[in-house]
Amino acid sequence: MNENAKSMGIIESRTFNLAVDNIDTDQIIPGKFLTTTEREGLGQFCFYSWRFNEDGSEKPDNPLRQHQPGRQRVLVAGSNFGCGSSREHAPWALLDYGFQAVISSRFADIFCNNSLKNGLLPIVVDDNVLEHLLANPDHAVRIDIGNRRLTLDGYGDVGFPLDPFSAYCLTRGIDQLDFILQNEQAILDYEKSA
Amino acid sequence: MSEPSQAASTLFEKVWKRHLVRNETPETPAILYIDLQLLHEVTSPQAFDELKRRGLGVRRPECCLATIDHSTPTSPPDADGTRHYITEQARAQVDVLHVNCAEHGIELHGWDSPNRGIVHVMGPEMGATQPGMTIVCGDSHTATHGAFGALAFGIGTTEVGHVLATQCLLQNMPKTLGIRIEGDLEPGVTAKDVILHVISAIGVDGGTGSVIEYHGSTVRAMDMESRMTMCNMSIECGARAGMVAPDEFTFEYLKGRPMSPSGANWERAVDEWKKLKTDPGAAFDRLVEIDAADIEPSVTWGTNPGMVIAVGSPVPDRQDPGTLDALEYMQLKGGVKLAGEAVDVVFIGSCTNSRLTDLRAAASVMKGRKVAQGTRVLIVAGSEATRRQAEAEGNFKGRQGSGVRTVLASPLTAAASAITGKVTDPREFLGGAA
Repeated sequence: MNENAKSMGIIESRTFNLAVDNIDTDQIIPGKFLTTTEREGLGQFCFYSWRFNEDGSEKPDNPLRQHQPGRQRVLVAGSNFGCGSSREHAPWALLDYGFQAVISSRFADIFCNNSLKNGLLPIVVDDNVLEHLLANPDHAVRIDIGNRRLTLDGYGDVGFPLDPFSAYCLTRGIDQLDFILQNEQAILDYEKSA
Repeated sequence: MSEPSQAASTLFEKVWKRHLVRNETPETPAILYIDLQLLHEVTSPQAFDELKRRGLGVRRPECCLATIDHSTPTSPPDADGTRHYITEQARAQVDVLHVNCAEHGIELHGWDSPNRGIVHVMGPEMGATQPGMTIVCGDSHTATHGAFGALAFGIGTTEVGHVLATQCLLQNMPKTLGIRIEGDLEPGVTAKDVILHVISAIGVDGGTGSVIEYHGSTVRAMDMESRMTMCNMSIECGARAGMVAPDEFTFEYLKGRPMSPSGANWERAVDEWKKLKTDPGAAFDRLVEIDAADIEPSVTWGTNPGMVIAVGSPVPDRQDPGTLDALEYMQLKGGVKLAGEAVDVVFIGSCTNSRLTDLRAAASVMKGRKVAQGTRVLIVAGSEATRRQAEAEGNFKGRQGSGVRTVLASPLTAAASAITGKVTDPREFLGGAA
């Protein structure tokens, strides 16, 4: 992973496609894995029921087998990604699996919030852009977080919405907790005065 | 918004301002200092794990209070002390909380504590919840604590970690929504009916992005348990929190509780708490006025808590998809009364209605009467303290269960429905058996 590029607010990657609508959080990480008490390593359960049979053997038609870790750090998925029950395990699992951003034409609100809190960037594009990406696997893309621009190699570039604080954190390569920790002096001052 | 005078503030604004570590900017949210974090076994493990991963400690363990309440079986242990958890992971969550609390020096009320209970019942019972505090918990019904004039947010696991590590929470400034309720409630009408009425009046998204302050003579006349029931359900209309200004009822409730201030500190605390009210002339971003006389015993007829009717009224006969879906799910016909529908299971409990006053209210209706044949009644006290007291007064016991088609109602309406085996207006049974 190119941490320097990420910290400057640029993600350059190839895409990986899951051309399915309504991928819910239970598909992203099945409920039976939620009772773990750690968040590290959840990538092994990411899209588990697509990848594995009940007995743990790999499914012959596992779509993730085509995924090239490291090269493909941007997931492209059908509409309404992340619907279903609210669980922060979903972005944790996606991040741990190696994705930095997800592109879709629509995201569930709670998934969006949970992702941004955890440093996973959801990018909303219109149906035309999504269709183009889904029709062209392993697409080269460049994401400029600060300017909220998504550039598709050989297609053009489009804007995407991103709230100011998420952009603030993502372009600095920090998460929300880092931001609070950077305000240590203000917290100490408050504690002294309270 | 009209122009309020410089000094006039709402209750929310006073508590917010006192806890500001850093103001909101166009790019960054406000940093708010948190006085008390309530912890339980489900939403805390990953937060502790994240701290460990980053090499961070718990900033102020004395500002945390933990209990086990979500994954714990409500059935008593076997003779040899074995407890039957629903899954091994549930047992693991409880074990991990014990380890984390011991490691970080956090007070935990586990199986052996006489104070253990639903986190939102236990906090007030112990006097941990106090006026003017900022309180968080990784549970959506944390708004309950607002009944004491605290600002209480339900948060996710990521924020649980933020508060453990820094004692701070990131928040964009909410809007203020005043809900003013005036007049006397009719006999048989309870706080649960009031809040169901409020939610149906403003809609399940009517409170989105807001902190609600409930006020007016109806609220002033409510006991603390009633105020907790109302604040508890604030999130069901999308609000971030609900609050009631503290008054003599609040102080009376808190006096002498294990964690309440005592001696000279008590007087000082009460003097401070008395300042926690919305000033005359302070304006809410939005104000909704409700006449208490319009509120009847209420029930939900559909699939969200905004689908509310008076218990004796017909369910809506509309053709919009939302209504049709809900009617189909509930197997009801539009325009037909819900009252009289058969009830298989009556559950009195949950974090909204498991306090002693709730159980007493249900008992007042059931006294001298029998549960209808074919109807099962489950009553779960919200804490060990409530269970002991209720068992001393009557003989409540039970365990949690869940229904498929659920009707939300007050403990009175639930008890009346248990007697008849049908959805029933409790006013038929007021005053005990003839």
